[in-house]
Amino acid sequence: MSEIFFHITALLYLVATFIYTAYLVTRKDNFLKIAQAALSVGFVLHSLTIVARWALSGHTPATSLHESLTLFSWMIVALNLLAVVRYRQRVLGAFVAPFALLLIVTASLLPKEIIPLSPVLESYWLPVHVIMAFLGNAFFAIAFFLGIMYIIQERYLKSRRLRGLYFVLPSLDTLDELNYKCLQYGFPLLSLAIITGAIWSEYAIGSYWDWKPRQIWSLITWFMYAALLHGRLTAGWRGRKAAIFSGIAFMILIGSFIIINLLSGGAHGLAR
Amino acid sequence: MNLVIVGLNHKTSPVEIREKLSFPAQTIGEPLKKLTGHYGLNEGVILSTCNRVEVLAITSDMEKGVWQIKRFLADFHSIPLEKLDEHLYVHCGEAAVKHLLRVAAGLDSMVVGEPQILGQVKDSYSYAVEHNTAGVVVNKLYHKVFQVAKRIRTETKIGESAVSISFAAVELARKIFGDLSGKTVMLIGAGEMAELAAKHLINNGIKEIIVANRTYEKAVELVKGFGGTAIMFREFAHYLKNADIVIASTGATTFIIKPDMVQEVMRERKQKPMFYIDISVPRNIDPLVNNIDNAYVYDVDDLQGVVSSNIQERNKEAEAAEKIIIEEIDNFYRWIKSLDVVPTIIALRQTCDQIRKTELARSLPSLSALTEKDQKVLEAMTSAIVNKILHHPVTHLKKEANRVEGDLYIDTIRKLFDLTVDEQAVKKAQSNED
Repeated sequence: MSEIFFHITALLYLVATFIYTAYLVTRKDNFLKIAQAALSVGFVLHSLTIVARWALSGHTPATSLHESLTLFSWMIVALNLLAVVRYRQRVLGAFVAPFALLLIVTASLLPKEIIPLSPVLESYWLPVHVIMAFLGNAFFAIAFFLGIMYIIQERYLKSRRLRGLYFVLPSLDTLDELNYKCLQYGFPLLSLAIITGAIWSEYAIGSYWDWKPRQIWSLITWFMYAALLHGRLTAGWRGRKAAIFSGIAFMILIGSFIIINLLSGGAHGLAR
Repeated sequence: MNLVIVGLNHKTSPVEIREKLSFPAQTIGEPLKKLTGHYGLNEGVILSTCNRVEVLAITSDMEKGVWQIKRFLADFHSIPLEKLDEHLYVHCGEAAVKHLLRVAAGLDSMVVGEPQILGQVKDSYSYAVEHNTAGVVVNKLYHKVFQVAKRIRTETKIGESAVSISFAAVELARKIFGDLSGKTVMLIGAGEMAELAAKHLINNGIKEIIVANRTYEKAVELVKGFGGTAIMFREFAHYLKNADIVIASTGATTFIIKPDMVQEVMRERKQKPMFYIDISVPRNIDPLVNNIDNAYVYDVDDLQGVVSSNIQERNKEAEAAEKIIIEEIDNFYRWIKSLDVVPTIIALRQTCDQIRKTELARSLPSLSALTEKDQKVLEAMTSAIVNKILHHPVTHLKKEANRVEGDLYIDTIRKLFDLTVDEQAVKKAQSNED
């Protein structure tokens, strides 16, 4: 059952991606509405997939790369829908949908079997750590896309040639503000994820911190976002500079995530 | 029941002709009354703006109607018709409905999608109502027009983008700052255009206005109207850091705002974005300021460029609006046609019933043996016969009226039964229809 939902989710995200693209090209509001509907229905099925998987495995579905990507994708779409409802940011979906689709398709290509959790890792820290880590990263992903939108919009305004996306993208100020907001939520979540990860590690293998690649890279990302936050608060980093910085930070985050998972075979290689 | 529009607009006639033909709003009652009285048109509406003069009328004979309107226009303004005729366009029936919808939606305007025309069409209709020259068809037609115009406004973006320089500036400010409330605008030099742009900005929520002018008194005077701060011209650089939007329009022949100055200001205001609008020629703001992060500079040509790309954008939306119009015309025209069929049916019924009554009245005297009750039975029976005979023709007529050959059916029935459509009956049918 969850298998079927998973495939329909992927299909709906694909449809949403196409229709969002059609919207960006034609700028007809109807396309936007349909794309949003497809994404929302996909999201509901996506949720069901995750719930079913959780029930089936009995632990937070983030122990294989397949599960991790599925969960990450879900959180990004969730934040996008939040942005639509709460901040009326309807164009963001056009950037988020292809990314969510990419994550889902990648997940579908990876081995899907449920990896049993080794008893030492079974703990309440698992869901807490995992959810914080992915939610934090999802905020950074949204910040990344807001940054791209900012850079595009800024390009239009600086060049003084207003056409195409200029008409549908939100104002620079709105984009910058939301980007900052993502950082404000993402950074504490990342910090907590690192702390809970350390505590969990202490429970499981008796050591808070042992300089595994995963830990080193989390720390690097943490420092990058800390620097960005600091720059925003004190040095007046904003706009394009902040957008570019958060873009680079996110790419490092994604890069390290991929490399580490390829090396370890998912979930920090802690499973099994 | 035919709809005719005769008129001229900025495309078909020069302003010298348009101004001669215009009908001032204060005295519109007289021409309206003449139109329906002396010139014998059933209903009439006159739309007179600086870009167009149009007469819409309902007439029973299309060709005659067109001629009457033309005569009316020529006679009323004492212009020989030969001179006028070449500028006039004529739209009849469905084309007239389409034309009216296009005019109301701003598709026929000089600046496509401009909103004023809808208000002017509304006014022209209310004059007609006021002077009793609007009947059932006009009422229904104009309600439909307003509804369609509204639909076009909401479903297309035809009126969304700015097509004047000062509005373009406001629109750009919104794309940079989002919400303008709480923002400050500074005018350096108090030209007319700067004042206009400032007015638009204030209407869009700008919080504060600072005016610097070489003649301090003029700055003070200008600020009175807006409730802002007047400063000495030489002080403007000092206040620059407080302004989010700067509108420069001085007569200076050199750049008065330069990159190093702005760089310093940006540092002081922690890189908060600034929007520089340079509407002075020669320019007052060094275009290199645009290269500074978070500073955006637009001069007159840039704004003009924005306006022309917006106009292109509007023209694209106009296509969508045309589609809506075609859709709506179908609906409306179906109703117009049904106006023809209803009086025909009434006339048919009345004619047959009249025959029945006459024949009954002729026969009754020779049937003296009948009681009152018998007579009633006879009355009911003849009535039933007439109704039964007419049942199918009437049903088919109603059905066919909405089809392409509807007119043919109506015409045939009228000829076969030699019907003359009773005006009174038409009026009654129309008010029931409403």
